[in-house]
Amino acid sequence: MSNYRIQGATGEWEVVIGLEVHAQVTSNSKLFSGAATAFGAEPNSQVSLVDAAMPGMLPVPNRECIRQAVRTGMAVGAKINKWSRFDRKNYFYADLPQGYQISQLYHPLVGEGSLEVILDEKDPEGSTKTIGIERIHVEQDAGKLMHDQHPTMSYVDLNRSGVALMEIVSRPDMRSPAEAGAYLAKLRQIVRYVGSCDGNMDQGSMRADVNVSVRRPGEPFGTRTETKNVNSVRFVMAVVESEARRQVDLIEDGGTVVQETRLYDPDKNVTRSMRSKEDAHDYRYFPDPDLLPLELDDAFLDECRASLPELPDAKRHRYETALGLSAYNANALTADVEVARQFEALLGSVAKASGKSEADASKRVANWLLSEAPGVLNAAGVGADHAKNTVEANTAIIVATESGLISGSKAKEIFAEYLTGDIDLAAAIEANKQTSDTGAIEAAVDGVLAANADKVAEYKGGKEALFGFFVGQTMKAMQGKGNPQLVNQVLKEKLG
Amino acid sequence: MSVDTATVARIASLARIKVSQAEIDAMVPELNGILAWVEQLGEVDVSGVEPMTAVIENHLRLRDDVIDADPLTAGGVRDKVLANAPAAEHGFFGVPKVIE
Amino acid sequence: MTELTELGVAAIRDGVAKGDFTAVEVAEAFNANVAAAQDALNAFIVATPDAAIDAAKAVDVKRAKGEALGKMGGVPIGMKDLFATKGVQTTAASHILEGFKPEYESTVSQKLWDAGAGMLGKLNLDQFAMGSSNETSYFGNVISPWKRNDGGNAPLAPGGSSGGSSAAVSARLCPAATGTDTGGSIRQPAAFTGISGIKPTYGRCSRWGIVAFASSLDQAGPMARDVRDCAVMLEAMAGFDPKDATSLNLPVPEWEANLSGDLKGRRVGIPREYRMDGTDADVLASWDRGIEWLKDAGAEVVDVSLPHTKYALPAYYIIAPAEASSNLARYDGVRYGLRDLPDGANLQDMYAATRAAGFGAEVKRRIMIGTYVLSAGFYDAYYTQAQKVRTLISQDFRNAFTQVDVILAPTTPTAAFGLGDMVSDPLAMYLNDVFAVPASLAGLPAMSVPAGLNREGLPLGLQIVGKPFDEQGVLNAGLAIEARAQFTAKPEKWW
Ligand SMILES: [Mg+2]
Ligand SMILES: [Zn+2]
Repeated sequence: MSNYRIQGATGEWEVVIGLEVHAQVTSNSKLFSGAATAFGAEPNSQVSLVDAAMPGMLPVPNRECIRQAVRTGMAVGAKINKWSRFDRKNYFYADLPQGYQISQLYHPLVGEGSLEVILDEKDPEGSTKTIGIERIHVEQDAGKLMHDQHPTMSYVDLNRSGVALMEIVSRPDMRSPAEAGAYLAKLRQIVRYVGSCDGNMDQGSMRADVNVSVRRPGEPFGTRTETKNVNSVRFVMAVVESEARRQVDLIEDGGTVVQETRLYDPDKNVTRSMRSKEDAHDYRYFPDPDLLPLELDDAFLDECRASLPELPDAKRHRYETALGLSAYNANALTADVEVARQFEALLGSVAKASGKSEADASKRVANWLLSEAPGVLNAAGVGADHAKNTVEANTAIIVATESGLISGSKAKEIFAEYLTGDIDLAAAIEANKQTSDTGAIEAAVDGVLAANADKVAEYKGGKEALFGFFVGQTMKAMQGKGNPQLVNQVLKEKLG
Repeated sequence: MSVDTATVARIASLARIKVSQAEIDAMVPELNGILAWVEQLGEVDVSGVEPMTAVIENHLRLRDDVIDADPLTAGGVRDKVLANAPAAEHGFFGVPKVIE
Repeated sequence: MTELTELGVAAIRDGVAKGDFTAVEVAEAFNANVAAAQDALNAFIVATPDAAIDAAKAVDVKRAKGEALGKMGGVPIGMKDLFATKGVQTTAASHILEGFKPEYESTVSQKLWDAGAGMLGKLNLDQFAMGSSNETSYFGNVISPWKRNDGGNAPLAPGGSSGGSSAAVSARLCPAATGTDTGGSIRQPAAFTGISGIKPTYGRCSRWGIVAFASSLDQAGPMARDVRDCAVMLEAMAGFDPKDATSLNLPVPEWEANLSGDLKGRRVGIPREYRMDGTDADVLASWDRGIEWLKDAGAEVVDVSLPHTKYALPAYYIIAPAEASSNLARYDGVRYGLRDLPDGANLQDMYAATRAAGFGAEVKRRIMIGTYVLSAGFYDAYYTQAQKVRTLISQDFRNAFTQVDVILAPTTPTAAFGLGDMVSDPLAMYLNDVFAVPASLAGLPAMSVPAGLNREGLPLGLQIVGKPFDEQGVLNAGLAIEARAQFTAKPEKWW
């Protein structure tokens, strides 16, 4: 239960939130035509005669789009409807060539499901909440209008027209900005795991219509507004906050909330009424007569299910139980499918190279990936996708440190040099191998102690903090190649 | 059910057909005549009857996800797509400026 | 030798193949007829004599090389202007598509060209195929070549919506033409003009590239002078098309090769509900004659009941306009066709002005009806109810077909009426399709064949409706009637 309350002049208010998320289905070609879907192409270059709604053109559905929506439904534990239908949603707009959007109203492909969100990312073992999903349906995206190129005209680009979307409709189960944000983040995580949507919110691959209403705690739902096309988790949270505040102020001032479509202005952090969409919409939905009912057989559904990857919750659980990782690390490593993929590849490789079990290698690999490697990459000014940031390189570094071949700090140095410079990794490790030759260490220690007799005396007089100084001096004398454990051991012996 | 002038005006607006008052006035009795006639369907007992979906036994075929598999339904045909446009500019369709 | 323009599809194909005449000679002869009749009949919106000659030349060259000429090799045809033809204006007889030159060819027309046919021109029709008299075309009425034998000279309707097709075939402007049938638009004009026409099972002919009227009903089919010619041409037009999700994935039968007028062992149903008030006595008499002919051909005649027949037309006038109101939303002045942009108009004003200027009165009427029946609060009462009634109508046929192989009925309740007689009364016009619409709603193959002349000397048609996929049964029953009707009448040339 969320305790999020809006403090109004007349008392506390509760916010009720539902999200309709449009997620672009990952596919090569459009939902009903063979035109490509790639982002950022020249205007109208990815438009077929079908997408331009030329007279006599007909839609033929893309199996992959259906498959991805079904897999997404399965990933949120939803009921898959073996019998569904496409309907037409009729309205006139310049980005809608057919004069209708092919969508699904009466019989959606995917029925009820749910997902569980963690309310505090920093506390993955803390409380969770289940958010209901009402339905997922498949529909066409619209084209794009550009308003700035010409003084009296808008320009229409139909490249996106007909690209497949999944519309994922939640129940009005969220009660705070944090819950709404967590829900969207979780949905994004899942579709990225499933591979049904790339989740690139800045490219518009995922965007949310945010339904917000307020009420006195425990009372029936109030009138909701729908803020369209909000394209980040942060903005969704901001919309909930500002729109709930606006509604509370409005009601407390004696006004009433009208059911309407609104737009979010991130610069001013306010929502405003979309006047252009105001004229009473009557979409005249009816079954698309160009398409027969969509009937899915068991073989199709079996393949969809069998091809689902391990999902984030299961993976997180496995990391904790089978790999023995902390809840925090398990959560961090599974938050994004790419990170989990990297982790598993590296873990497998390290385990193999070091002859250890994955459970034994997991903590080391997790630490390297979550705290050490990012620091090196950051300092070197390169991204994780850098061409030289390979599984092999990371494995070599980790294994060399683990086996005591090089020190941890040397490892980071070498790795940074390798990423930005032109060095041979194996040779660098070899050259920087730390020595475990006790004779050489003893000789170096002797030299250091002899050269610093005054400090030895101070140490012996009780200034034990100087021990680190002797370690540093010895390592320096050995150009960083002395095995730190042995150096410590020899120093302790000699300083008695 | 019958329509009045306000309803006819609303329907014309929904259908994006500009109509004059005279046209609306002429349409009202005409549409009412047709609607009264089709409303005899209300007599039919349809309890337990499913609305027609596929008139002939047939299943919806799904196509493979291949770009430009058939040249007739392929992208990359901007010139063809724009060839008949009343106002094509710089590779776009031009429309009167829309204020959103 | 008979005049080339008196020959039908099969005769031309066979004559060209044998070398009795060249395809170019045939094309020239029909081109001349097209040109000579244009002012009087207005059957074509655009004539394409060069296309006809080019296709004919290609056939003649093939023949010289000894290559196969195709099912329609050397046969010039008329193309209803509802089929997109690449580079040739395609208008659906509307102002809103005036000047539109598609960058693509409809599947059906492409199949015909691939089979060796050539195009004489684009045939006039009722605007967007909405009408039963060809009086709604933006490009003017088509005048039927037929005249009443009372000595009067009233111009008659060629039927609709394929009125250009019916007029052109019966006036010998082309040996055959394409038609489309949504609620009788092949059969009714065929009946009015003394020719044959078949609407195949829904899904036999691809709808890809045909300007849509009502998607769940639209079917293309051939219109020709006899049953054999229909069979030949339908073979060329039909076939699976992956671009149409409702296309039937079935092989195309050899309808021509399997033609047989022998109906021994076949059962023919006579639907009692088709004996309606207002049906012309001559029509009823011709139906009775048809029954005798089929008995003579060996068939057993069985009384059947199609209890929901009277509801077919009202159901149709909900479903078809509903689909049309949506299908015609794309004509908005943005991507092709007419744009009417009054001074200071915004986008939505432009839509409304363009569509007001671009659509004719009947098209607007149907868009209005369709928009209304789908609108909030009315959808279930009208549209859902109509689709349920449609299910019942389909079941009626299914039940009847457990007892019989085909059904025989008149095609129309009257012979051709005069142009202008019905325009002021849309309902009276709609009633013309009362016998044709039920088979459309059920997606069944149905054809009209000439059955004789009425007392005014005007043709009457008989309709045969078959089971799904059984075009052969329909064609064979048609052949049996044709053989006995001995219909040789043709309009006397007055143009
Ligand atoms: Mg929405
Ligand atoms: Zn949507």
